[in-house]
Order: sequence, then C-alpha cells, then structure tokens
Amino acid sequence: MSAVAVIPAFNEEAPLGDVLAEIAEIDGLVPVVVDDGSSDGTAGVARNAGVACVRLPFNLGVGGAVRTGLRWALDHGAETVVIIDADGQHDPADVAALLAAIDAGAGLAIGSRFAADAGDYAVGATRRRAMRILNRLVRTTTGFAATDATSGFRAMSRPVVEYLACEYPVEYLADTVEVIILVRRAGHEVVEVPVSMRERAGGVPSARRFRLAFNFLRLLVGIAGGVLVGRRDGGRP
Amino acid sequence: MSAAAQITLAVVALGITFWVVRLVGLRRLRSKYALLWLVITVPLVPLAVFPAIVDEAGKFFGVNYAPALLFSLSSLLLLGIVIHYSWELSRLESRTRRLGEEIALLNARLDDAERADDGEGET
Repeated sequence: MSAVAVIPAFNEEAPLGDVLAEIAEIDGLVPVVVDDGSSDGTAGVARNAGVACVRLPFNLGVGGAVRTGLRWALDHGAETVVIIDADGQHDPADVAALLAAIDAGAGLAIGSRFAADAGDYAVGATRRRAMRILNRLVRTTTGFAATDATSGFRAMSRPVVEYLACEYPVEYLADTVEVIILVRRAGHEVVEVPVSMRERAGGVPSARRFRLAFNFLRLLVGIAGGVLVGRRDGGRP
Repeated sequence: MSAAAQITLAVVALGITFWVVRLVGLRRLRSKYALLWLVITVPLVPLAVFPAIVDEAGKFFGVNYAPALLFSLSSLLLLGIVIHYSWELSRLESRTRRLGEEIALLNARLDDAERADDGEGET
C-alpha cells in the first residue's frame, strides 16, 4: 500500500458519497474514513462504498480524527498520506500534485488556495484577516512563507506521519498551523502546492468571533511553549 | 505596598507564567488550561508594578477597602476555574464510561466472531 487518503468526517453523510466516488478513481490511493462520532449515517455511506471506516466512539474534533487516521495509515504500511475533507471542499484532482511534491522529497505538502496559480477562492473579511495573521505567525517562527497556513488539504511523507502520529496537536488551529511549525522544527521540508478549493458558505458569524479569538490565544500559548522548550534544549531543529 | 513586596509579587507572577508556558511546550499541560492560568498570572505583573491601579479601581467601584476588590475578583476567577473543572470532569467521566461500554461490546463481537469461526472449522 503506497498512499492512504485520510478523510475525517463528522456528520457528512450528504457530501461523503460523491467525495469517495471521486477518490475511488485515483489509482493506488486507499481511502479511510474516520467517523468522528457522527450521529448521522456517515459510517454507513463509507461502508456502502466499500471504504474502510474507523469509527470513534465520540467526537474528538478534526485534529483527533486526523491523528486516528494517521495511525491507521501507519498500521497499514502507507508510504504517503493525504488528508482530504469529507465535505467536498477539496478537489481530489489536486491529490496527484500533492503526492508529487512528497515524491520530490518534501515532508509536508500543503494545498494552498492563495498560492500563485491557485484558483479563485473568496473568504469573508474577518476570516481573511485571521488567515493573514496566521500566515505571518508561521513565517516569523519558521521562515516558511505560508500563504494558506490553515488549509487542511495536505500530503505527508511516512517519516512525517510517524512523527505526527504521536505528536499531532488536536486543538482547532493548532491541528493546521502548529503542525507546520512542528514539522519544520523536526527538520522536514514543507512546501505549498496551488490547489483550487470549491466554495463553502464563507464568513464568520459574530458568535464565532469570540471562539476564533480564544482558539488564536490558545495557539499562541502552544507555539510559545514550543519555542521556549526548543530554546531550552539548545535550539535543536 | 513595599518595594520588596512589589518585586516578589512580580517575580512570582512572571515565574508562574514561564512555568505554565514551559509545561505546554513539554506537552504536560494542554494549552486551554494554560490559558486559564495565564488569565490570572499575566494581569498580576502590572498590578505588582503599579499597585495604584487597585486603589483607582476601588474608587471607581466605590469600594472603601480597595484590596477587598482584588480578593473578591480572584475568588470569583478561582470559582470559575473550579466550575470549569467539574464540567470537564463530568465530560471525562461520561467518556470513560462510553469507552468501557465500547470495549465490552467489541469483546462480545470478537467472541461471537471466534465462535462462528470455530463452528465453521468443525463442520
């Protein structure tokens, strides 16, 4: 088994079927759905499509579901792993480009909506501002000029999967942004690959702004902790 | 407040702040709990350096003995943290129960599967 597609899914019975059908057309890619404690028929959709389904007994969040998927991929001897959303936002046609970047020697390839040559993708003002701050955060801590640090459409080499299977941060935002910093500090190459993402209802409802601020502060504390400890062991990469 | 007391308070608050952030880096403390403690320790630093803030706040709220304001605020924060812990604990309890049930059910399914296998072997 060379490449595994990890598909974290929480109550995605409606879009999951189409996503699985598109993934099935990619040669040599073995999909696994991680059902993150869904209360709808998500697991049934996966089973009907003949796709392996790992069911979590309760909701662990995207980060927790991805981590479970990475461990499944390791158990099944994956050489590369690609993470694809179950809601159809990520276009399976871009998987080949992500996997090619890994074959070319990268440890982590991030599908970016905003890289040069990427398709058009509109986001609300608050989200865009938040994304810009997060991109800058990645650049100042690692020197890697991220254009889409929160993108969850990624591919990883086996050494990175082995590293992340026990280190993967499960919190929201940390599961995308902090992962880049961890992988860079572990000495792996991180690259961006332009992708076109399909639109989802954009914009942040004001009730979620507080949550975004909380998640952002939490991420800062996490990164500060990593930087502090990193310095204490004499600046190990 | 004497200069010695001010310096001690500031140093202790800064020390706890660094310790908490370091624990997060070592992955011994989840960042959400760290945030909870940082909400308390970080504001303590300016308060230690400029104790006049407390007196001003006391005047603003019409409290005669300003430090009482500080004490009530800190007890409120601690109460909030303890309630938050009970909530987390309840969540963890229901999750461990679910995990126990899940394992018991998996064991039962495994037993069934093994019995079915044995049955096939005999016939």
